[in-house]
Amino acid sequence: MQEINCEVLVSKAAELLEKGTVDRVLGWKAGEFDYDITPAVFYSEQELRDGFVWNDFCGANFSKYLIKETGKSENKVLVFLKPCDTYSFNQLLTEHRFDREKVYAVGVPCNGMLDIGKVRQSAEGIAAVREEGGKVVVDTLYDGSISLDREALLPDRCINCKSKKHAAYDELLGEEGEVVSSARFDEVEKLERMTPDERFAFWQGELSRCIRCNACRDVCPACTCEKCVFDNPASGVENKAAANSFEEKMFHVIRAFHVAGRCTDCGECSRVCPQHIPLHLLNRKFIKDIDSFYGEYQAGAEAGSRAPIVDYKTDDLEPAEAVERGGEHA
Amino acid sequence: MTNQKEPLIPAVGVVTDIRMDTPDVKTFRVVTPEGKKAFDHKPGQCAMLSIPGVGEAMFSITSSPTNTEFMEFSIKKCGCVTDWLHSMEVGQQITIRGPYGNAFPVDTEFAGKDMLFIAGGIGLAPLRSVINYCRHYRDRYGKIDIVYGSRSMQDLVDYQEIIDEWSQDAGVNVYLTIDREQPEWDGHVGFVPNYVKELGFSTDKIAVLCGPPIMIKFTLAGLQELGFDKTQVYTTMELRMKCGIGKCGRCNIGAKYVCKDGPVFRCDQLDELPDEY
Amino acid sequence: MRKISLSKLDALFEEIAAAYALYLPVDTKAGAKFERWEAGKTLSDALNTVRSAKDFFFPQTENLMDFKMEGKNIEVIDTRSESEDFVLFGVRACDVKSFEVLDRVFLSEPADTYYQNRREHGVILSLACTKLVETCFCGTFGIDAASPEGDVVCHKTEDALYLDAKTEKGQKLMAALESVTQEADASAVDAQKELIRERMAKLPLANLSADAFGDGKTSEFFDAPEWSELSQSCLGCGTCTFVCPTCQCYDIKDFNTGHGVKRFRCWDSCMYSEFTKMSAGQPRLTQMERFRQRFMHKLVYYPTNNDGLFSCVGCGRCVAKCPIQMNIVKVMKKLGGREND
Repeated sequence: MQEINCEVLVSKAAELLEKGTVDRVLGWKAGEFDYDITPAVFYSEQELRDGFVWNDFCGANFSKYLIKETGKSENKVLVFLKPCDTYSFNQLLTEHRFDREKVYAVGVPCNGMLDIGKVRQSAEGIAAVREEGGKVVVDTLYDGSISLDREALLPDRCINCKSKKHAAYDELLGEEGEVVSSARFDEVEKLERMTPDERFAFWQGELSRCIRCNACRDVCPACTCEKCVFDNPASGVENKAAANSFEEKMFHVIRAFHVAGRCTDCGECSRVCPQHIPLHLLNRKFIKDIDSFYGEYQAGAEAGSRAPIVDYKTDDLEPAEAVERGGEHA
Repeated sequence: MTNQKEPLIPAVGVVTDIRMDTPDVKTFRVVTPEGKKAFDHKPGQCAMLSIPGVGEAMFSITSSPTNTEFMEFSIKKCGCVTDWLHSMEVGQQITIRGPYGNAFPVDTEFAGKDMLFIAGGIGLAPLRSVINYCRHYRDRYGKIDIVYGSRSMQDLVDYQEIIDEWSQDAGVNVYLTIDREQPEWDGHVGFVPNYVKELGFSTDKIAVLCGPPIMIKFTLAGLQELGFDKTQVYTTMELRMKCGIGKCGRCNIGAKYVCKDGPVFRCDQLDELPDEY
Repeated sequence: MRKISLSKLDALFEEIAAAYALYLPVDTKAGAKFERWEAGKTLSDALNTVRSAKDFFFPQTENLMDFKMEGKNIEVIDTRSESEDFVLFGVRACDVKSFEVLDRVFLSEPADTYYQNRREHGVILSLACTKLVETCFCGTFGIDAASPEGDVVCHKTEDALYLDAKTEKGQKLMAALESVTQEADASAVDAQKELIRERMAKLPLANLSADAFGDGKTSEFFDAPEWSELSQSCLGCGTCTFVCPTCQCYDIKDFNTGHGVKRFRCWDSCMYSEFTKMSAGQPRLTQMERFRQRFMHKLVYYPTNNDGLFSCVGCGRCVAKCPIQMNIVKVMKKLGGREND
C-alpha cells in the first residue's frame, strides 16, 4: 500500500495544476514549528514545494473556506479533505453554500490528528515533533527527545472518530476506510446521568471560562450566516462580553440550537477553543437526541439529505412523545 | 470638561428646544438641569450624547463657543441613538460629556484671513460653530464666503439662520445650491464641487470643508485646480467612537485618533495618514 | 534581597494574604490561571497563565455606572468603590511589561480612573522564568525574562524563593514579610540569571527582530502586498486580542436590567467586523483591513505614539492559541523582521 505522505499530496496537487484541472490549491502551510499550520492557498508547484505540509497537525477543516474561495474565481480550486471534513463539505453543499462545480476534492486518509495541547502537557519547550515507529517523538528544549504514545495525544474528536470513510471526493488518495462505530455518545450519556443540578453545575463550570472570542462560531462549518445575530447591534443580543453570567450560556446554547441537525460533529469548535471548553458535547447531545427521536441521522453523510428536524414525515414523533421519551433527562 | 477627573462619567443635560431643520435633521438645544451651558468648548469640538439604555454617540457642537447660555447639536436621523433623539420631546434629559477633540485654529492660522466655508448636507453642522464664531469676532477675519449645498431646498440645514442672519452680514457672501431643480427654488442648481469651481475663488484665503466623503474629495480637487494648496484647506472627520479620549481604539487613522488628534485636520496632514477613512 | 525555602511557601502566602488579597497562578483543568490564594492552593509550575494578567487592571467586563430613569429624568449613579489592596504573585516578565504598555494608554491624560484605581492598589510580585518555551520571544522586545520588572522581583531556584523589592510598594510589602523570610546574598540568583539568559539565546525565536518596525513606518508597511496573503485565512475571531496582554480596545455598552440601566465596558476586538462600522460606512471593509490594523497598531502606530515602545511583549499566547495559527511572529518575519543570524 502506498504511504500517503506530504510528497504524494504535493505531487497530486502539482499534477492537477499542471493539467489545468484546478488553478489553485487550498492546503496546509508550514509555520515556524512542526505544529503551527495555517490554511493557505497555493498557486504553483514552487509554492507547494516551499510551504505545503501534511503531517499530524493538519487538523483544520477546509470545507468552510470553500464558501469564500469558490466566490473568487470561475476556475476550480483543489481542496484536500480528511474523512471528517467531507461531512462538512456535503453539509455545506446541502445548504447551497458553494458551487460543487468549482471544487476538485481530493480525499486524504486520516489516522487522527494530534492535539498540541496534549503534547505540551508532556513536553516542555517543543523544538520538533515527528512520528517514528508508531510513536510520537518530541525534541524538547530541556529534556532531550521524548517518546510518547500517539493514542494519548489524540484530541477528543479523533479518539471518538466517527468515520475513516470519506463522504465525498472527486479522487481519493490511499485506501478508503470504514465508518467507525465510535463511543462518541458515552460522554453525553455521562452528562445525561447527572441530576439537573449536577449538569447545570458542570456546564456553568465549563462555560464560565468562555471569553466570547467567537473562535468556535467563526471556525464552525455550520455557522455560515453572512450576518450573525450576535454581531448585529439591532438584534438586542449582540454582545462581545458577558453582561451577566447568563450571557455566555445563552450564546452557546443558542448556537447549539442553531446548528442542530446540521452539525456533523467535526469537532472544530472544541479544537479551537482557547479555554478548552468541550463545546462539541452540546452538539453531540442534539445529535444523540435526534438519532433517538427520529432514527439515526448523520448530517453530511450524503449531500442533499434532509435533517429530520426540517423534514416532515407523517410518522414523525409527536412533541409530547419526545418529552416522554426524554423522561427525567429531557 | 464635564468632569475632568472622570472622563467616562457623563453629566445630565436637558433638551430645552427641538427645531426641525430638514425632514431628517433636527437641532437640539441642551443645558444643564440648572439651566446653564454644560461646558465651554472651542469651534469644531464634539460632545458625547447618550440616552442610557440606547447608546452613546459623538456629535459636533454646532453652536458657537460665543454662545454662553446653551449648546446646540444639529443631528441627522441615521441610527439607534439618533432615531431615539429624533423621537423625544422637549424636557427630556439626556447625558452629555465633553468637549472632545482639537478645534479649528480660529485664533492662530485663521486670524486675519479671508475665509471660505464649503459644506454639503449635514456637513454644515460642524461648520456652523466656526462660522458663527468668525461672525461674532467679525473684525478678526477678512471677507467670509460660504458655499452650501444640499440635495434639495428642504435639506438645507439652518436655512432660516442663513437667510435671516448670515446673508445680512457685511462682508459675508452666502452661495446656496441644490442638487436638482425645484419649482420653488430660484437659486443655483448643481453640485457643490462644480459650484465652487464656477465661483472661482481667489487663493488668498483659508478654505474649510465638510460634507460627505465624495463631496470632500471632489471639492478638494476643485480647490487645487483653482490654485489652493492643501495647507490652506481644513476639514473635519468622523469615525466610530466610544470613549472620546483616545483609548478605546477604534477611531484611528494610522497613528492618529480622530477623537483626540482630530476631528479637525489640515488636508496636507491627511496625506500623511493611510487611506483608511 | 530576602529568601524563603520553597517548603515554606505556604507561610509566605499566608503572611501576604493577611494584609492583601493574594492572587497567584494555580493549575486548573484548562491550564494555569490566576486565582485568589487560600490555604491549600499551590503555585502552578506552568510557565505562564492561559489568560494574561491584564484582567486584574482591565477586566473583560466591568460596570462603569448605573442610570436611574424616571419619566424624562435621568440620574447618573457612580457605582464604583475603592479597589482593595491586592498582590499579584508570579507575574512573568512579559506580562509585567504589558502593564507599561497598558499604562501608557490608560494613564495618559485624561487618565482612566477605573484602571488607575486598580493599578494603584495592586502590588506586582514578578517571577523570573526558568524554562522558557519555543513560543517565547520576549527578547525581541528587549524584555529580559531573567530579570523582570515589578514591585518585588522573585526568582525560584531548586530550593528557595528569592525576593528583591524594587519599589516603595514592594519595600512596604517586604517589611511585612520580615518574619517569614531571611536575608540572602545574590549569588544563587545571579547564577540562575545567567542560566536563563543562556536559555533565552537558544530559543527558536531568539533571532526574531523588530528592528524593521516602529515609529514612523506607517507608509512603509500600510500598503504592503503581503497583508492579503497573511490575512487570507483569518477567521475574524477575537482569540488573539483576548489572550493578548497588551490589547486594550474596548466597547462601552448599555444593558437594561428592567429596573435601571447598567453601562458597562467590555473588551472589544479590532478583528471584529462591526468594530468600526458606522451608519455612514465602514472604513475597514474586509478582514484584510482589520487584520492589518491589529498588527500595524502593535508594530507601528503604538510605537509612533509611545517613544518607540512596541505593543507586543512576546508572551507567545497568540502563537499558541490562534485557531488558524497565524500570529505576529509570522507577520513580522513576512513583512521584514529579518533574523539577524
